[in-house]
Amino acid sequence: MKRAILAAASTVASLVLLLSFKTHGPSAVATPPAAVSNGTNSGGNDTSSATTTKNKAKAKKSTTTSRAASTYTGSAADTRYGPVRVRVTVANGKVTNAEAVVYPTSAALDQQINSYAIPQLNSEATSASSANIDMISGATFTSQGYIASLQSALDQAGL
Amino acid sequence: VTTRVEHCMGTVFTVSIRDDGDWSLAIADVVGWLHTVDATFSTYRPDSDICRIHRGELTVEDAHPMVTDVLDRCARVQHDTGGFFSSLIDGQVDPTGLVKGWAIERASAMLSRAGARNHAVNGGGDMQLAGEAEPGRAWAVGTTDPRDRSRVLSVIEVRDGAVATSGVTERGRHIVDPFTGRPVANGLASATVTGARLTEVDAYATAAFVMGLPALGWAEPRGGVEVLLVDEEGARHSSSGWTTNEIECQLQ
Repeated sequence: MKRAILAAASTVASLVLLLSFKTHGPSAVATPPAAVSNGTNSGGNDTSSATTTKNKAKAKKSTTTSRAASTYTGSAADTRYGPVRVRVTVANGKVTNAEAVVYPTSAALDQQINSYAIPQLNSEATSASSANIDMISGATFTSQGYIASLQSALDQAGL
Repeated sequence: VTTRVEHCMGTVFTVSIRDDGDWSLAIADVVGWLHTVDATFSTYRPDSDICRIHRGELTVEDAHPMVTDVLDRCARVQHDTGGFFSSLIDGQVDPTGLVKGWAIERASAMLSRAGARNHAVNGGGDMQLAGEAEPGRAWAVGTTDPRDRSRVLSVIEVRDGAVATSGVTERGRHIVDPFTGRPVANGLASATVTGARLTEVDAYATAAFVMGLPALGWAEPRGGVEVLLVDEEGARHSSSGWTTNEIECQLQ
């Protein structure tokens, strides 16, 4: 079942990344690479959050070395069963691989995932790979449903 | 790009700021605001103002002033939609259908005031969008296929606007027709509405889902409001302006 989750999570991520990946043009202004801040905190007691900041220096690097494959590891998206983290490989401006590198393994999650029937990659979605999609609108999902949502994969990609 | 993901109100909020800078304080303010709204309006928290009103322990007049503000807005939307949106559930006041959109619109205004001109605040699929996604490129918003949420049915361009979808969720049919008191069963699977402000747009999406196909005729004379309906067979029905905003791409 663990394998099934991994496969499913990867499938969701790759589908959305195909939809969402954008190439970043070379930046005219050099941004100090040390400017990344992950220090955002609500100050409250809610631990279910994640913040990512992606600076231009990183984006620039990925385009100037476009012949080589680059990997990005998204921020952890916390679910009630634990964090999910996706690693993406980009080569020549296209996502060539996406896999969940951190994912929950509890039996409860297995049931949860199965009950949502994790979406499968399909040819229609692949054909939409030229579209830059920034946000997803759909009937409101629950906190648990978010894990399998297209929005979740967009957020994890941090692109 | 600065992205923050926050669990609140039983769903997940995504805040995405496309301007350069350190937005950690502004985002912390927004996150605090969302949790304050939840603490005041949640029907799942026994100590919320709304639950206390339900139990007769608190009057609307004595509740937090934002309760009155939200109920006033509910009344206006109820009027705008001919009663297809209602904040009265089982005889009790329940502004749940409007409060999230209102909270998001206010959150977006907070970010604008803090100087973030280009940002999105998306709460569980309902969003307020400010500016553009990238210089010269509008926000591209995909709407999911209600029958297969891994698929995108339509992609529209939005600059400075709101998008909301109501419909059948993973929890099933939970939107009640205020005229019958029963879950909506009109053949629709989802209704997506675009417009200027999410407070109204989110509630309009709920109303459009209850209306069914007549929602198209309701929206047509309303400037700036566009509707996409998807029925249970997967067929799309949209207002004329929706098609205008749609981005051409090979989506089925």
